Amino acid sequence: MNARYRARKAVNGLMLAVSTLALAFGLFWLVWILGTLLYEGGYALLQATLYYRMTPPPGEDGGLANAIAGSAVLVVMATVIGTPVGILAGTYLAEYGKQSRLASATRFLNDVLLSAPSIVIGLFIYSVYVAQVRHFSGWAGALALALIVVPVVVRTTDDMLRLVPNSLREAAVALGCPTWKMVLRVSYRAARSGIVTGALLAVARISGETAPLLFTALNNQFWSLDLNRPMSNLPTVIFQFAMSPYEDWHRLAWGGAALITLTVLALNIIARLAFRKD
Amino acid sequence: MAIIRTAIRSARPAEDPAGLPAKLRVRNLNFFYGGYQALQDITLDIPENRVTAFIGPSGCGKSTLLRTFNRMYSLYPDQRAEGEVILDDVNVLAMKRDLPLVRAKIGMVFQKPTPFPMSIYDNIAFGVRLFEKLGKRAMDERVEWALTRAALWDEVRGKLGQSGDSLSGGQQQRLCIARCIAIKPEVLLLDEPCSALDPISTARIEELITELKNDYTVIIVTHNMQQAARVSDYTAYMYLGELIEFGDTDSLFIKPQRKETEDYITGRFG
Repeated sequence: MNARYRARKAVNGLMLAVSTLALAFGLFWLVWILGTLLYEGGYALLQATLYYRMTPPPGEDGGLANAIAGSAVLVVMATVIGTPVGILAGTYLAEYGKQSRLASATRFLNDVLLSAPSIVIGLFIYSVYVAQVRHFSGWAGALALALIVVPVVVRTTDDMLRLVPNSLREAAVALGCPTWKMVLRVSYRAARSGIVTGALLAVARISGETAPLLFTALNNQFWSLDLNRPMSNLPTVIFQFAMSPYEDWHRLAWGGAALITLTVLALNIIARLAFRKD
Repeated sequence: MAIIRTAIRSARPAEDPAGLPAKLRVRNLNFFYGGYQALQDITLDIPENRVTAFIGPSGCGKSTLLRTFNRMYSLYPDQRAEGEVILDDVNVLAMKRDLPLVRAKIGMVFQKPTPFPMSIYDNIAFGVRLFEKLGKRAMDERVEWALTRAALWDEVRGKLGQSGDSLSGGQQQRLCIARCIAIKPEVLLLDEPCSALDPISTARIEELITELKNDYTVIIVTHNMQQAARVSDYTAYMYLGELIEFGDTDSLFIKPQRKETEDYITGRFG
């Protein structure tokens, strides 16, 4: 064992130690957050009342039924509006625009939108929609969330389609396949697990967004699935209840937070299982 | 002139490509990648129902030439071609629409096998469905026919539902050939179809090429001179984007007319 080799081994050991420590540091907080969430919210999650009682006034028993339903409606609507737009725009970038000036500019602006603070998007919908119709509404909330979905899905769709080798496209075109059919049957097929993952990532992202809903869907203490009226939702309820001085509101807030986290986790696991073969 | 040519041809055992009915006629073809000219004024006739090979060192433009025949380059906005490529009597380069119809007549197999991300059956049926509406039984028959012609049927008959990616490299390449002939093209373009394959798969594909030339005009690009000598009736030698020599394979390999060709095929190139 000469000196060079010993030095190399020492550097290797050091790098391994540093990166393991970094991993431990990251995991430590993650586990702590998840642990706290389950410890504080676990009990509330097990109460059936959480799922069928409305959000209560302080000091009374209640649940999060209206917030859960509201969140579900908002997230589903935002996904239904945002995902197709995102996938189509991403398809344009990867399959048609490629490196053209319009595509490059769109990619850049999309990245800006991707990193825009979500409260800005809330304020934007507030000024162009809520302020015009003069009332908060579920539609406004769904629109704000959809605007967050779009850039995420555009980015992942574009990236995933660009990973599809050109040789596959050429093979399809060489058979006499028109471009649109090539995209539909070959590119999408090859990139589908990535595209679906992108859509799920967007769902996970908007499930916990609070800021854009404060100015748009607002909140609603009562059961309402009417998108033209203010709509309750988990993030806003958590925000409001957690800021309050009341013990029982705190418990519900923890329950709501744990519920969102576990739902997103479950969605991801389902997606992994569904696309395991690819 | 015609009489002289006929006299010369009858005096030689091999045919002159210029004397056979041409399937593809290339006239004054120039090709550009952006500002770089990759093909210089290529003119040649590719005879029908024969195997024509293009040989030459890397970067000499043989693949580029192949990709003009089915307008593959049109996928890329910075690539363009000038001149004429006439299939039967249609100038492919001048076509604006209906390119898919031309491409259906000119099948192409690439260097790396490119099975689609779908089942073996669908890999074949995909192309057929683009142009024909077949019932279940007719489609089954077509799939079997194509796989049989590509010498793959016996290996995959029990697993048509499996993904095309599950096959070995040589099988994937034969799947791609099957996919190509399933839509009954008239011309087959093979772009170094064996370069990623082991010798046994290569031999199978070469056998296949010899068999296919009865029904198709086959054009093959290859790095492998022995392969060109084995499978082709006519050979073209290209260098730096120019067509140096084109003639029947035996004469070109035994008695090349041009010094450059001789240097290349005897390995004294460079």
